[in-house]
Amino acid sequence: MLEYLLSFLILAGALFTFIGALGLARLRDFYTRLHGPTKATTLGVGCLLIASSVYFSSQGRGMSLHEVLVTLFLFITAPISAHLLAKTALHLRIESLAPPPQGDQSDTREAGSYTEIITPPRPPERPLPEERTR
Amino acid sequence: MKRLPHPLLTPILAAIWLLLNNSLAPGHIALGLLLGWAIPLFTARFWPQTVRIRKPLTLLRFLAVVLLDIVLANLVVARLILGRPQALCPAFLVVPLRLKSDLAIGLLANTICLTPGTVSARLSPDRDFLLVHALHAPDGDALIAAIKQRYEAPLKEVFEAC
Repeated sequence: MLEYLLSFLILAGALFTFIGALGLARLRDFYTRLHGPTKATTLGVGCLLIASSVYFSSQGRGMSLHEVLVTLFLFITAPISAHLLAKTALHLRIESLAPPPQGDQSDTREAGSYTEIITPPRPPERPLPEERTR
Repeated sequence: MKRLPHPLLTPILAAIWLLLNNSLAPGHIALGLLLGWAIPLFTARFWPQTVRIRKPLTLLRFLAVVLLDIVLANLVVARLILGRPQALCPAFLVVPLRLKSDLAIGLLANTICLTPGTVSARLSPDRDFLLVHALHAPDGDALIAAIKQRYEAPLKEVFEAC
């Protein structure tokens, strides 16, 4: 009975992790790709950790609670990395499928600054290679 | 210098120490409490604000809501990824913040990132707005209202006086 439960948890975990990775391949711009691997995996890894905890606790050497810590650290670090990736992408002005936010009409300064950050920059006005002279 | 700059950090650090060692031996409890006392003392400069939890029950309910949302939203995101990517309408949302303290804003941003479908992308320098990227938000205003009601309101109650 326990084996069925564990198998189910491990398979579900693997499935969700796979879907997360699939999102990386299927989605179409940087920001949406960010959603797949950083978060569809939280449930996947969660299932795997529960399976691990249940299995090692059933081995008769007392409770295995390391997994709680893994979950804690994962829940602290995964959002931070996602946030930093998104922020870096905004600073690098990577193009997005999403329209820039309208913002609060009463605070055009904010909306303006966000729009400025999200819209891609104009190409730099460098001379083309054939125009360049030594 | 205060003896216990952060009374909450001590039991948390001690609990993490016990979990790391996977043991409840008296020696480990003593060592964990010692670490929980010493580490906040030496890192006090990094934590200028003292954290106070005003309503522990609200915090517990908030954690339960977040856990449930993580599970539900994971299923939603899985379905979105397996569906047609062309049908998605991603959006940037500007969430006005009512929270003021660093920890509460940090926890809110963290929660938004954890619940799939939304990533907090940028905090405005004056901390009044959080820029959130949503994977699929046909109705942006409804999502902003949901974030404010489900996550921000409890955090405001727990960490800041109303």
